[in-house]
Amino acid sequence: MTEKSGADILVEALTDLGVEVVFGYPGGAVLPIYDALFKNGAARGDRAIRHILVRHEQAATHAAEGYARATGKPGVVLVTSGPGATNAVTGITDALMDSIPMVVITGQVPTTLIGSDAFQEADTVGITRHCTKHNYLVKDPARLGDVVHEAFHIATSGRPGPVVIDIPKDVQVATAKYRKPGPIQHKTYRPQVKAERSLIEAAVDMLAAAERPILYTGGGIINAGPAASQMLRELARITGAPVTSTLMGLGALPASSPQWLGMLGMHGTYEANHAMNQADLIVAIGARFDDRVTGRLDAFAPNARKIHIDIDRSSINKIVRADLSIVADAGRAIEDMVLVWKSRQHPKPDLSEWWRRIDGWRAVRCLDFPESGAEIMPQRAIRALYEATKARAPIITTEVGQHQMWAAQHFGFEAPNKWLTSGGLGTMGYGLPAAIGAQIGNPGALVIDIAGEASIQMNIQELATATQYRLPVKIFILNNEYMGMVRQWQELTYESRYAESYSDSLPDFVKLGEAYGWKGIRIERPDQLDAGIADMLAHDGPVIVDCMVAKLANCFPMIPSGAAHTDMILQANEVSGTMDDEAKALV
Amino acid sequence: MHIREEQRERHTLAVLVDNEPGILARIAGLFSGRGYNIESLTVTDVSEDESVSRITIVTSASPATLEQVIAQLDRLVPVHKVVDLTAAGPHVERELALVKVKGTGDHRIEALRLADVYRARVVDATTTSFVFEVTGGTDKIDKFVELMREVGLIEVARTGIVAIARGTEAA
Repeated sequence: MTEKSGADILVEALTDLGVEVVFGYPGGAVLPIYDALFKNGAARGDRAIRHILVRHEQAATHAAEGYARATGKPGVVLVTSGPGATNAVTGITDALMDSIPMVVITGQVPTTLIGSDAFQEADTVGITRHCTKHNYLVKDPARLGDVVHEAFHIATSGRPGPVVIDIPKDVQVATAKYRKPGPIQHKTYRPQVKAERSLIEAAVDMLAAAERPILYTGGGIINAGPAASQMLRELARITGAPVTSTLMGLGALPASSPQWLGMLGMHGTYEANHAMNQADLIVAIGARFDDRVTGRLDAFAPNARKIHIDIDRSSINKIVRADLSIVADAGRAIEDMVLVWKSRQHPKPDLSEWWRRIDGWRAVRCLDFPESGAEIMPQRAIRALYEATKARAPIITTEVGQHQMWAAQHFGFEAPNKWLTSGGLGTMGYGLPAAIGAQIGNPGALVIDIAGEASIQMNIQELATATQYRLPVKIFILNNEYMGMVRQWQELTYESRYAESYSDSLPDFVKLGEAYGWKGIRIERPDQLDAGIADMLAHDGPVIVDCMVAKLANCFPMIPSGAAHTDMILQANEVSGTMDDEAKALV
Repeated sequence: MHIREEQRERHTLAVLVDNEPGILARIAGLFSGRGYNIESLTVTDVSEDESVSRITIVTSASPATLEQVIAQLDRLVPVHKVVDLTAAGPHVERELALVKVKGTGDHRIEALRLADVYRARVVDATTTSFVFEVTGGTDKIDKFVELMREVGLIEVARTGIVAIARGTEAA
C-alpha cells in the first residue's frame, strides 16, 4: 500500500465517511489540507467534498450545526490554528449544549513548535477539552485515519456532540498508510441505546395507571431521527396523554395536534406549565429539566411521579429526582413503550377529567396579545409569516432573544428538523449561519432566519456567504431598536433602567443587504406586512426584511426567575418592576 | 443575600482510565468546571502494558452531587470504570508522607520516640535533622505531622490517598 500525506488521509477518510460538505476558512496551519481538498475537487468533480467558505470561523460552526440539525447528518468544520480555533469555540460550545453532532478539524503549528508560543499557536485541545464531547491532538499521520473515523462515531452516537481533531501542520505533510477501518468497537465508549425490558414495562404500567399524565419531550427526540417523532405521535395517540415540549423539541409532535399543549417553561404556555404543575405523572423523554423549564425547583410538579428517559445517564437525577430512570435512545424507548402497551392491550385511558382541566387553562388564551392599529405587533408579524409560509413547510432558524421566544410561541411546527435555534447556550448570531447550513443541506427548502436587529449584527458578515453560493436564504428581522429581552428584564427587574440595551446607530438593513447583493425590503406599518412577506417569498434569491415592530412589546407569558410554574405573568400590568436579590441572582 | 452551602459527605472514588495524554487535565478540569471538590487525587498507570491508569479521588459532596460526579466521570470517553469505594463497602485507604524535622537535644530524642510510636522510619539523618517516612490513613498522618510541629517540623511531602476494596473482588 502506498503512503499518503496526512492531508490526503484526512480527505480520504472524510470521503469514506460520506461527508459531502465542509464549512471552513483557510489559514497557514491548514494549507496542506486545503491543497488536498483542491486536488480532490479537480479529480472527483461533483463527487468531491464541497467546501463552503464562511466569513468568520464562528459562522462555520453554526452553519455546520444548522446543516446537522436540518439533515440529521454530522456537520463538519475546517479551520486554522490559533484564532481560527478560538473563533470556533462559541459554536463548539453551542453544539455541546444542544447535543449537535459535529466534527471540527483544526490546524495546529508543527509538532516541533508546539508549546513555543509560535505564530498562531493556541492550546486548542486544552481550550476545547471542556466544550467538546471529546477531542484529539494527532501527532502521528498513521493514527489520523482511525482518529477521524472514531471522532465521527463519537460525535454521532449516544448523546451527539462536537468532537475536535487538532492536526499539526507537519502531520498533514508527513506520509503514512491509510486503510478504511471496519465497524468501530471502542474499548471504553459504549453508549446504551436500548432500555431494559423491565424498566419499559414499569413505565408503561405507570402511564396506564396515571390519571393526570403528561409527556414532556425534548431535543433528544429530534436527535433520535424522524422515526422517533413518528413513534411519539403513536405513543400520544394510544395513551391520549397531553404533550408539551422544550424549545429544542418543537416539531416532534405536530403543533396542529389536539394533544399539543405548546412549549413549557419560562415563556411556555399557561396550559403546558399548569399541566406540568398538576400532573400525577411526568414522562420526560430526551429532555433535561433545564432551569428555563422547571422554574423554582421546590415548587416544580409537586405531586407528580417522574419517569426520565435519556441517553445520557448524567442528565438523570441532575436537577430533578426521577422515580423511574431509563437510560436509552429516545426513539428506541418510545418504540418499546408502544410495543409493550399494545401487547398488553391496554385500552386508551379515560382522561376526560384531566382534559377538562386542561381546556380550562387553554381558555385563558395566554398567547393572545394586544393589537395596535398603528404599529406592527411582533407576535402578529410571526403569525403572518407563519400563515404565508406554512404550506411550504419552511425551515426556521432564529437568533436569541424576544424574537426567538415569539417564534417558538407563534410559529407552528408540524415536523422535526424544521426548527433550528440555540437553546442551551443562547448564542446571538446563530441564526444566519445556521440558515446557510440548513439551505446547503436542503437546497430546495424555504429557509428563514427570524432575527432581531441586535442579534443579526453578530454574524452579519455571512450575508456574503449566502451571496457567493447563491443561497436563497431569507432573514426576517423584528426590529424594535432594543436588545428586547435585556430591555424586558430591565423593565421587570430593574424599574425600567435601560442600561445599554438600546440598539443605537443601526445600519440601514435594506441598503446593507443590497450592498451584499441581497434584496432588501422594509416593512413599517401593519398594512404593509402581508405584502412585504409576499415580496420576500416571491424573490428567488436571498432577501433581508427589516420589519419595524412595536418597540416596547414584552414576551408573555413569562415565569419570572425564581417563580413557580403557577406564578406566570400573562400581561404587562401584572408586573411590579422590582425583584428581590434572591431572584435577581438567578440567570 | 447569602450563598447557600450544601451538606457534604466524603467519598473515595477509583477511576480507571485510558492512559492517554491530557487525561488528568480532563478529570481535574471536570471537577473545577462543574464546581466539584477534590480533597486528594493520585494517579499512576497500573496495567501490565501501561495502557490503563488508576486515579484515586477523594471528594466531598452531597449525595445528589456525588451521583452527578460519578455519572459525569463515567461519560468521559477515555474512562473505563468509576467505583465509589466508600459506597461499595469496606476498603483500605493509605497515604505516605515524608516529614523533615530539625532540632537538637530533647526535641531530637522526642521526635525519634514519637516516630517509633507511629512506626515511622528514618530515611535520612544528619546531626541536626531527620526525614521520617510514615504510611497510614489520613488521620494518622495528620496526627503525626501535628506532633512533629512541636519538635521542629520544617517540611512535609504527602502522596495523597490510594485506596482498594477489601476482599476477593477487583474493582
